[in-house]
Formats: sequence, structure tokens, C-alpha cells
Amino acid sequence: MINIKDLKVSVEEKKILKGINLDIPEGEVHAIMGRNGSGKSTLANTLAGNEKFEVTDGTIHMNGIDITEMSPENRSLNGIFVCFQYPVAIPGVSMAYFLRAAINAHLENQGKEEMDALEFLNQSKAILKKLNLDDSFLKRSINDGFSGGEKKKSEIFQLLSLNPKFAILDETDSGLDIDALKIVADGVKEFNGDKNSTLIITHYERLLEYINPDVVHIMIDGKIVKSGDMKLARQVEEKGYSWLAK
Amino acid sequence: MSDKNQQIIDKNLDQEYKYGFTTDVEQIKFEPGLNEEVIKKLSNIKKEPKWLLDWRLKAYKNWQKMKEPKWANINYKPIDYQALSYYAAPKKKSKKSLDEVDPEILETYNKLGISLDEQKKLEGVAVDAVFDSVSVATTFKDELAKHGVIFCSFSEAVQEHPDLIKKYLGSVIPYTDNYFAALNSAVFSDGSFVYIPKNVKCPLELSTYFRINASNTGQFERTLIIADKGSEVSYLEGCTAPMRDENQLHAACVELIAHEDSTIKYSTIQNWYSGNEKGEGGIYNFVTKRGKCAGDRSKISWTQVETGSAITWKYPSVIMQGDDSVGEFYSVAITKNKQQADTGTKMIHMGKNTKSTIISKGISAGEGQNTYRGGVKILKNADNARNFSQCDSILIGDKCGAHTFPYIDVKNQTAQMEHEATTSNIGEDQLFYCNQRGINLDDAVSMIVNGFCKEVFAELPMEFAVEAKQLIEVTLENSVG
Repeated sequence: MINIKDLKVSVEEKKILKGINLDIPEGEVHAIMGRNGSGKSTLANTLAGNEKFEVTDGTIHMNGIDITEMSPENRSLNGIFVCFQYPVAIPGVSMAYFLRAAINAHLENQGKEEMDALEFLNQSKAILKKLNLDDSFLKRSINDGFSGGEKKKSEIFQLLSLNPKFAILDETDSGLDIDALKIVADGVKEFNGDKNSTLIITHYERLLEYINPDVVHIMIDGKIVKSGDMKLARQVEEKGYSWLAK
Repeated sequence: MSDKNQQIIDKNLDQEYKYGFTTDVEQIKFEPGLNEEVIKKLSNIKKEPKWLLDWRLKAYKNWQKMKEPKWANINYKPIDYQALSYYAAPKKKSKKSLDEVDPEILETYNKLGISLDEQKKLEGVAVDAVFDSVSVATTFKDELAKHGVIFCSFSEAVQEHPDLIKKYLGSVIPYTDNYFAALNSAVFSDGSFVYIPKNVKCPLELSTYFRINASNTGQFERTLIIADKGSEVSYLEGCTAPMRDENQLHAACVELIAHEDSTIKYSTIQNWYSGNEKGEGGIYNFVTKRGKCAGDRSKISWTQVETGSAITWKYPSVIMQGDDSVGEFYSVAITKNKQQADTGTKMIHMGKNTKSTIISKGISAGEGQNTYRGGVKILKNADNARNFSQCDSILIGDKCGAHTFPYIDVKNQTAQMEHEATTSNIGEDQLFYCNQRGINLDDAVSMIVNGFCKEVFAELPMEFAVEAKQLIEVTLENSVG
């Protein structure tokens, strides 16, 4: 699904990612753990095609296609989705209007007919219910005045509505209480099937206990220094990151 | 904003203006210049009564003593008032019926999307079409007459309803009011007149469509709307002009009078030619609009969407004289290229329990400058007056500007005032967020701006809310790369 080769990324001339190699096959869930500032969010933004993050070397392939230079909207249309750590507010634009425009952009790209309002409403209501959100959520302006938990759930709501091929969860667990965490984890589990892949970025192993990823990677100073399974995540939780640093 | 984005912004802001064509029509046009003789000639063509000519001449004398105002946050080359022609009209006489209107002119309005053919006209909307200095057609007059509603050109009203004109002309905006209002009073050529009788809810939307065609001509129209006791009317004006290299002056006056328990809703979609990307050409739009809530429980509501003109100088205001009367102002103003807008409102509270609301949304792109200037005045006897003001500005790119000048003057202790103001950049983060969901840049910009303007568009009559939304989409197309 995703093949990242020797990826180097700078932000405002500062080198953040210093040669990332990562392969995520179809159907797998991978997790990246690391301290603040180790480059995790940079990786998420780079995969999404955010222009503020400059790729200085290396490539990103998705299903064999080089997407390193692809625009953010084309990456999205090709099936990349990011649950943002801090999603921005867009006052006056309702979730329903926004999400339906997004869904229809995807359908149009696939040469399919637009989703009509009723179908959209039924699909949305079913997903909102699972996330323990009220239907009125659709009428609210995107992320405008949302609590921390609502923002995270809003991202998961969009994830399940758009059902992309590859999802990146950037610190989706941070700031959630235990109930919300479980709802988010259930959402991710529901999303990830045989045909989808997921990359979870976090600095706690808490969420991972619910989701049980196939592979856990540790990122330190812009590089993946060690990969393993859930045991590695638990070791980090217990001992911290220092023992992994050179 | 990245360099690449800025380049694309620069490249694309010179969007074609759809309405920039000219109509080749035989016309009568005065030689440039302004003096008493010109005013007498104008008044004579219009067969005006003596009292009106005298009023014009008094206004002219007054104007000569006045100075052009310099306080607005706008820059422009001095206007040479002697270089302008003060009257231009199509030669063919055409007031009797639509069949007699010059086909070229009908075609012009068709091109503008305004059909004067009553069969094809938007359902429920009557139109008065003003071409340069004169009204060329008014639709649905008979239908309106059944309800006692008078909707006709100003010139016609002077002939047919002189008592109403004499009673109300200048009663809200006296000719001494300001420089441009004085000029308008001296040389106004036509415009629309509306009278809604007692307890009548006007069955149609009324609208006037202003078109400047002739070159080197100023357009000075005058609109007067009177809502008698318990009546209700919704009125909309639209404006376009050809693309010309020189600047053209438009100095209009609009007076509204709302009697007891009546409501006037006045909406404007202003899309005059704004000049090119270098700032050449475009309309100088100096307009005085004011409404008087004369009776108790009356209401006047201004809604404006200002996208055109090189310079916009207008402050639609409400004088709340009656007790429990209501004034509202909802505005969206967009400036791009080198457009400058200095716009806002004045809310003057005189009666008890009067209430005003101001919602202003400024959008600046390119090198546009957008100024909100608003005054709220609570007079001594206005017990329990309330005002809510909200002024938000959004900036697209890093070469534009937004400015806010609120003036508040409270003379009564019981007043309640609320004022909110925000300025923000259209965030690259917001655009990226939309892109990440598969929504392209143009759609993202129009979605974000429309979201920003939502409260104002909600006030427009429905047909025109759609038009306003589309206008913003076209105006801002490719404004971000």
C-alpha cells in the first residue's frame, strides 16, 4: 500500500525527517511512537502533501504510484486521509455541507454519481450514533467551538464517512478520557479491514492496547530506530525512549 | 503565503468582468460641463415644475460652497466635475410599452440576465431598468397598480404624483447633507419611485437595475421609497457598467421613509466595473443612502453585497425616530486588485426602545483595501436603546488591507451596546484541511468565504442569495493558488 524510501523533509530549512524507510502493506495497522519533536507529525503532514513540509530527498509510493509531488487534493482522491491532531475551525461552514462536498468530490473523481442528500443523511446518522454523537453535529460549523474530544470524534466521523484506503491518525488519542478513547479505538477498528491500512502516531501505548497494531516503530530525531510488535510499545511505556537512543 | 501561491494569486486576480460590454445606441448627450444653464436644460427636458427646478438650483448653489470630503480611507485622482456630461439618454422615446423599447437596450438587459419581458421574468419580481440617465422600462406596473402600489421611474412620479415627491424629496437627505448628496440633488436625472399604501404587503419583489453605458458621463439617480402605515416592501437594486479606461462617477441618493408599523427591506447587489489589475478605470461610487423610521414600530433593513467599483463610499443609515423602531445593516464588501471600499452605516437612535443591528463582513484580496466605518448614536430621549455591532474582516494574500473605524456616541444611560470585531487571514491551514478531504482550492476558497458571509446572505431575498453566492465564487475564482 504505502512505501516510503529514504524520506528527508525540512521545515523552514530545518531538517526534521532524516531518512525514513517504512512499508505498510494492505490490511495492516502500523504505529509510530516517539517523543514530542521527534518528527511524527511532520511525517503525517508530508504524507498528506502539506506544502509547508519540503521533501528534500526520497520518495513516497502508494500502490506503486509515486505520489511524492502530488497535490494534497489528489492524494486525498487517491485514498489518503489524515485525522489531524489540531483540526482547524471553518466558521459558517456546516459539517454536512463540507462533508457532502468532500464525498461528492471523491465520487466525481471515481466517475460515479453524487450522493443525494437523503442517502448522505442516513449514512451520517448511522456513523454518528456509533461515535455517540448527536445528529445536530451535522449542523455545526466545522470544529468551531468544539471541545477537544469533539474535534477528535469529528475526525473519526469524517474518516468513517469517506472510508479511504490509507488513514493516518496523528495523536488522535491525546487529551481523550477513557470512554472517548474507547469510542475512537472502536472507530479505528471498524475502519481497518483487509483492504485498508492505518498508521497510528502516538506517544502513549494506551490506544495501541485497544487496537493491537501489526507493527510498532520507534522514531527518534527524525529516524525510525527500532521496529517490533506490541511488546516494544509496552517496553517504551515502561522504560521510556532513552535506552533506544544511540 | 508561499511565493508560488502569491504568483498564482497575482496572475489570476484579473478575472474577466462579464458585464464589460458597451451598447451601441443612438443617444442624446449633454456637452461636458456643469452650470445653472445645464441644470435648467435638464429640468426643462424633464418638464419639471418650477419648485423642483428651484430646489435643484438651491442645491447647486450649496454644492458650490462645499468641499469634497477627505476623511475617507480612499485615494483617487481629483474628479474634474466640468469634464463630465450630466445627461445621456437613448434617443428613441420608449416609455409607453416594452414593444417600443430600443431592441439594442432590451438585448443589453438580456445579456445582463435581466429579462424585461414580463413572461420570462423571474416570478414575483418587478423591474425598473435605468439606462444611463433615464428609466427605459418598468415591468408589472399594472399588476402592482391593482394593489395601489406605485412603482415607476422618478421622472414619471414627478409628473404623476407631484404631491408625494414634493412632500418627501429631501426629507431624509436634505441637499445640504454632504457634497455628493448636494451634487445629486442638483443634477439627478432619474431613478425609481415606490409608494406602498396603508396596510398593503407589496405582492412582488421590486427591483431596479442600473446600467451605465455612455462614456464620460456621471450617473446620478435618485430613489425614493415610502411605506405607509402597516405596509411592507422588499426592494433590490443591481448595478453594472462597461469596462472603460477612464473612471466614471456614480453619485446616487436613496431615501426611505417608513411610517407606523411598516417595514422596508432594501437590498443591493453592486457589481459596477471595478477597474483592471493595474487600477485603471472603474466606477467611483459615492452614494448616500438613508432611511427614516418615522413611525412607531417601523423597521428599515439594509442588506448590501458590494463586489464592484474602483472606489466605494457609502454608509446606508437609519434614523430611528419612532418608538420601538428597528434599524438593520447587513453588509458584505469584497475588494480585489486595487479596489478601495470605505463603507459602513450610521444608526441614529431617537425613539424609545429602538433597536439596531450591524453585521459587516469585509473581504480583501489582491491589493484591495477594505474599510468599515460605522457610527452608532444614542440620543438623550432614546431610553432603552440597544445596538449590536459585529465587524469581521478576512484577508486573502498579504498585499491587501482591512480597517475598522467604529464611532459610538451615547447620550442616554439606559443604552445597551455590544461591539465585536475580528480580523483573520484566510488560513492556509483551512485551505489545506479542505484539500486533504479532496476539495479543490477554488471550491475551498468559496466555501470558506461563503461561510464567513453566511449571516448576511441569509438576509437577502432567496433568488438573490443564490446570485450573491455565485458572484462571490466568480469574483474570487483563482484568488488563491
